[in-house]
Amino acid sequence: MTLKFNDLEVGSRIPDVVKGPLTRSQIALFAVPSGDHNPIHLDDEVARQGGLPGVIAHGMLNMAYLSQALIGLAPQRNIREFSARFQAMAFPGDVITCTGEVTAKKRVGEENIVELTLAALNQKGEKILDGSAQVALP
Amino acid sequence: MQYDAFIGKEYAPFTFEVEKGRLRMFAKATGLTDPIYSDEAAAKAAGYRSLPAPLTFAYTITMDAGQSFNVLEDMGVPLPKAVHGGQRFVYHAPICAGDIITGRQKVTNVYDKKGGALVFIETEIPLRNQLGEAVCDLYSTVVVRNG
Repeated sequence: MTLKFNDLEVGSRIPDVVKGPLTRSQIALFAVPSGDHNPIHLDDEVARQGGLPGVIAHGMLNMAYLSQALIGLAPQRNIREFSARFQAMAFPGDVITCTGEVTAKKRVGEENIVELTLAALNQKGEKILDGSAQVALP
Repeated sequence: MQYDAFIGKEYAPFTFEVEKGRLRMFAKATGLTDPIYSDEAAAKAAGYRSLPAPLTFAYTITMDAGQSFNVLEDMGVPLPKAVHGGQRFVYHAPICAGDIITGRQKVTNVYDKKGGALVFIETEIPLRNQLGEAVCDLYSTVVVRNG
């Protein structure tokens, strides 16, 4: 589905994407194609040696989930910019809700661009990712 | 740590071949269900040359090429002290299966906070495809926790 520029106003929310509860196998499955083989994502013992309570999800797995809120709004070829700050870790059992809200609408060159603020929250409402994006809409 | 010596430093160029199987595994591991990420005919029908790389796959390209790690090693930072603090992608054109992507990492800033307890390393990596087109620019922040 691609929304039109005029369908959205500042303050419009895009549909949430909910992922999880995260399992250890989902985290492990991401290690291979992502190229991030850091054992803190695979082995509780190593994670504890690093001062963590156990394995954590890859920050880029969380960011991949957050990107899916964007492609619910428009095909990925319409996404001009996407960024996130990693605020907290996600653990096995966490449910991650990805949200987005339009913060600005503008014309850049020949394109209509909506700016969004994005967030990935865990089931306690804690922010795992704080993000933003620019999306071109017809 | 003397940061100035690293600001502006560029690392060796790298090349990455985008394989269909890798993209399918990435899409499966992140729960992407749109057939354009797994079925080449669906991708072509949607206007892509082949399977498109998902939005955050560009980071995998740089990670596979050992980027970030090479900077940390160069700066003498032990890997367990470093965490990925933030990531920005600026998109110019789709990356698709079959592409040969080249990039070169540059350190753009290094600074500390809390009297050196936290060191921030900022890098940029512009990626181009085999046609010489800019496809994606990556801006990464790595945070080093000292002490």
